[in-house]
Amino acid sequence: MSEHDARGVAPAGRGRAAQRIVVAGNGMAGSRFVTEMRARDPHASITVFGEEARQPYNRVLLSSVLAGTAQPHQIGLVDPSWYAEHDIDARLGVAITKIDRADGAVVAADGTITPYDTLVLATGSAPIVPPIPGTEGGLPHGAVAFRTLDDCADILRAARPGGHAVVIGGGLLGIEAARGLAGRGLSVTVLHLMGHLMERQLDAEAGKVLARTLAGLGIRVRLAVRVAALSTRRDPGGDRVVGVELAHEDRAAELLPADVVVLACGVRPEVGLARAAGLAVERGIVVDEALRSVTDPAIRAIGECAQYGDVVYGLVAPAWEQATVLADLLSGSRPAARYTGSRQITRLKAASVDLATMGETHHGSHDEDVEVMQFADAARGTYKKVVIREDRVIGAILLGETSTAGTLTQLYDRAAPLPADRLALMFHGLTAAPAADSPVRMPDAAEVCNCNSVTKGQIRACWEDGARTVEEVTSRTRATTGCGTCADAVAGIVRWLADQSPV
Amino acid sequence: MSSGTPTHCPYCALQCGMVVGGDPVRIAPRADIPAGAGGLCQKGWTAADLLTAADRLTTPLMRAHRGAPLEPCTWDAALDRIAAEIERLRAAHGPDAVAVFGGGGLTNEKAYQLGKFARVGLRTANIDYNGRFCMSSAAAALNRAFGMDRGLPVPITDLETADAILLVGGNVAETMPPFLRHLVAQRAAGGQLIVIDPRATPTARRADLHLQPTPGTDLALANGLLHIAISEGLIDEAYVAERTRGFEAVRTTVNAYWPDRVERITGVPVPHLRRAVWLLAGATGEMRSRGIDHTALILTARGAEQHADGTDTVTAYINLALALGLPGRPGSGYGCLTGQGNGQGGREHGQKADQLPGYRKIDDPAARAHVAAVWGVEPADLPGPGRSAYELLLSLGTAAGPKALLLFGSNPVVSAPHAAAVEERLDALEFLVVADFVPSETARRADVVLPTTQWAEESGTITNLEGRVLRRERAVSPPPDVRGDLAVLAALADRLNAPGKWSGDPVEVFDELRRASAGGIADYSGITYERIAAEGGVFWPCPDAEHPGTPRPFLDRFATADGRARFTAVEHRGAVEDVCADYPVYLTTGRVLAHYQSGAQTRRVDRLNAAAPEPFVELHPDLAERLGIAAGTLVRVISRRGTATVRARPTETIRPDTVFVPFHWAGAGRANLLTNPALDPLSRMPEFKVCAVRLEAV
Repeated sequence: MSEHDARGVAPAGRGRAAQRIVVAGNGMAGSRFVTEMRARDPHASITVFGEEARQPYNRVLLSSVLAGTAQPHQIGLVDPSWYAEHDIDARLGVAITKIDRADGAVVAADGTITPYDTLVLATGSAPIVPPIPGTEGGLPHGAVAFRTLDDCADILRAARPGGHAVVIGGGLLGIEAARGLAGRGLSVTVLHLMGHLMERQLDAEAGKVLARTLAGLGIRVRLAVRVAALSTRRDPGGDRVVGVELAHEDRAAELLPADVVVLACGVRPEVGLARAAGLAVERGIVVDEALRSVTDPAIRAIGECAQYGDVVYGLVAPAWEQATVLADLLSGSRPAARYTGSRQITRLKAASVDLATMGETHHGSHDEDVEVMQFADAARGTYKKVVIREDRVIGAILLGETSTAGTLTQLYDRAAPLPADRLALMFHGLTAAPAADSPVRMPDAAEVCNCNSVTKGQIRACWEDGARTVEEVTSRTRATTGCGTCADAVAGIVRWLADQSPV
Repeated sequence: MSSGTPTHCPYCALQCGMVVGGDPVRIAPRADIPAGAGGLCQKGWTAADLLTAADRLTTPLMRAHRGAPLEPCTWDAALDRIAAEIERLRAAHGPDAVAVFGGGGLTNEKAYQLGKFARVGLRTANIDYNGRFCMSSAAAALNRAFGMDRGLPVPITDLETADAILLVGGNVAETMPPFLRHLVAQRAAGGQLIVIDPRATPTARRADLHLQPTPGTDLALANGLLHIAISEGLIDEAYVAERTRGFEAVRTTVNAYWPDRVERITGVPVPHLRRAVWLLAGATGEMRSRGIDHTALILTARGAEQHADGTDTVTAYINLALALGLPGRPGSGYGCLTGQGNGQGGREHGQKADQLPGYRKIDDPAARAHVAAVWGVEPADLPGPGRSAYELLLSLGTAAGPKALLLFGSNPVVSAPHAAAVEERLDALEFLVVADFVPSETARRADVVLPTTQWAEESGTITNLEGRVLRRERAVSPPPDVRGDLAVLAALADRLNAPGKWSGDPVEVFDELRRASAGGIADYSGITYERIAAEGGVFWPCPDAEHPGTPRPFLDRFATADGRARFTAVEHRGAVEDVCADYPVYLTTGRVLAHYQSGAQTRRVDRLNAAAPEPFVELHPDLAERLGIAAGTLVRVISRRGTATVRARPTETIRPDTVFVPFHWAGAGRANLLTNPALDPLSRMPEFKVCAVRLEAV
């Protein structure tokens, strides 16, 4: 390779031009990619555009902010000073408006044009706002589609203790928001279109137990309801939400009063830039195993805007797996790295509602080829289900008590064969080592003093040889002289031997 | 028993006190040594058997040439041959052609004299020691955070009053059994014990809470605990502001370690993570805010440290300790449990590649000037930093590497990672000298073997896991024709016309060590043999005769330039070699109660062999059943580096995805035929504690 490129310009880096990487989006996926990339390659030229002006933050923790268990400044993922320290051009608060594939450059909202060798699209997704009356001209004050830290602030501004909150959408995010607001002293109602909560992750029975648990926390759940409109009132500052109208087939519409309405109706991948640039887009930007757009190999996509196979992943773990694979590839640190799909595990983050779900949970015991283990104690809010096929976990729900989630998660992640003791999948600690046996049942070969390898048989032999006290046994066997924890056991055996012998 | 000489056990860093005397030699525990608390395990009780080991080396041995047998020779013949080979190789290749390898079981005097001999007698940069395989990650992390590497920041008896102790990757019930007495006392007083270990070890089974993570995920676990501590408001913000630097970057980093992510990485359920934090921090932050002064200690051992990210893993636990306001508070703090007998002192006085006595850095001009003056040489004559232990071993006999090796107090054929590669390098040397008191597996490959005195036959100082300097006393006479390591080094220095003074007398060498360490981090200058005896040991640093020693450093300030402790943000990396289809099971290695290190000593004691006769593999019954492996049958454990054949021992105490092989045995059952020599970038610690293997029934 020549020392200089075709234009005769001295290249950056050592001997060859550092590749210019431009990242569109600085959310969970984009910011992770930037840090992973820099950790692998100190020389690559990296420019990152982020629509939000603030430092990237952990979206997983937004519901903790809403609940008040985390402060907004405590969820940052990259410190603002990090970018300069690591020679990264961070254009925070600047969105990309156009991809010019022919020239290999992006145009930003501030009018700048930035050339790239590789463009990484990490544009994420946008919340879905249902097309109902009251939302046509944008959401009224007090109604927030929950997605960002700003949304969080908006919700909290409208939420005051004793007020009424309505959450539209009984999925993961909606339930987390509802729990957070209830914890702040609001009266909360969750409206859900489907017949049970979190229907994608939970079976009907789990949904029922969850609703019951939420009821115990003061959260009303209305299932199979259709929202007809947001009702608003005109305020000097603009429209303000005052309630949610429910449509009923058999009776008149119903108005639920609300000071704050949280919309948690799902998300839609942000693919506008990609589509405008002519990239293949189905539900998301279609990528291959190298996370390359199938249309343009100079463009990659990760996170919630990307579609691999038929799947657009809406969770953080897959986005971070993709970020890692892409950093491995672009840095050349692991050229064989490939993304081959993720296993999805969902955890609800809500105080007093422990819930973990993974994989295919909707199988019933009548389904062929699967084994279903189930345990329900609805009164205490516990429901557990493990779905097994060919000795592997293919799905699970743990609600109310999740202490086997670590085990199940790893078995599911690795598609590992299951333990012989299936109960251990649902209940932790059932197989713990039994407590010390009584001297009667202990076999002679059982080691009583580990530190000095003294068996019960040796202590018995000592006794038969005339040792009648713990001290005598100790001086002959050295039992109890190491860590000392067998002192009670040795004393117990000596006592038992004394009881056995004729007086 | 009271007749006899008060001294210490030859084995681990607890250095239990014992009285040794009589004929035949008998051993009794000493109650006046706090660390051992009057206890002895079977290794200690049977240590006298070492003195009469059947194959004890009693005369120098030499091979006429490679392939010839080792045959007895005179000391003069052996030392002359060594000196001649050194001169020859130095003349041909320069001083770095001769390397030195030491051990963490050597006394302070020996470790010091060995380092001096390398730098002054040989003028080689190539010296390192087996402590690199033990303490280097904790040392690097301690230095980075506190500016000082003293294993425990408190006298061991402080453990007994701790409201909570978190022990990470340590199985003291087997590795230093009398240590358990302190934990038992702690729990009896109402304290809580949390143990992190992939195995439900005898230690873990005594804990109030046992977290059983996937091997290689201790760092993520620590970051997860800190995340929870932050989100639950348990951080000691005032302490963080007054006594530390760097917390903000750590806070940002651990924001990415929310509980269920950590659960997925580690396999430890979220409720247990939370409970661990509350046991630990409930005892500190929250209590302290209510004016109740509770104490907590976080302790790590090899399980956390022997990884390619060992330094960062220890740092993650130090970060947790700092955030909770523990270090530098009476009865609280972070500490590591040193392993080898003199693992603490052995890492302070210059047998480490980058170090001079007093824990000085060899690339620090002021340190070089001070030590050179004590040694009577010019600073410019001292070599610079050399290769770390595994890198040194791997370079032996290569074009650019050393051609001769002088090895004292170590048995790397058994104890080094990827042992087959190490054997190959030892065999590629032109000349290998081993000083030992038994024919270890490494000694048997040597060209010259020097028979040395052992623990009860010689005097010297050791520094135990507390940082307390103790005296080991000569209690019995050595066989007539063996010599102490100090005398051997002095004789060699003499033959090589090394400048300066060389003594075979431990008191004289210690006096020189005191001067060389003066002003250093590990300052021993105020410690004398008389003071050790009178005071029951002296804690370093002890800079002058009037100084009382330092049982609890950091109470006022840390040993950094500005007196503040340093947070360092660290990220989970996981095992260098993860499981895959071909190698689907994690292997972790470790110890059993009846043996010590490479087993060169304990395998020569009948009672210990009877208790633990051979290597084995612990595996979960589910795994055994799936592989058709019956209890007690031979199994091949296969990694990318080699195969070890060991007996199967199914047990429910291990994770089904993990197997365990102890590393004390030589030959076909050697655990270190399997281990991964991937090194920590800072400490150069190999990844002993996790690699990927498969199992096959034989």
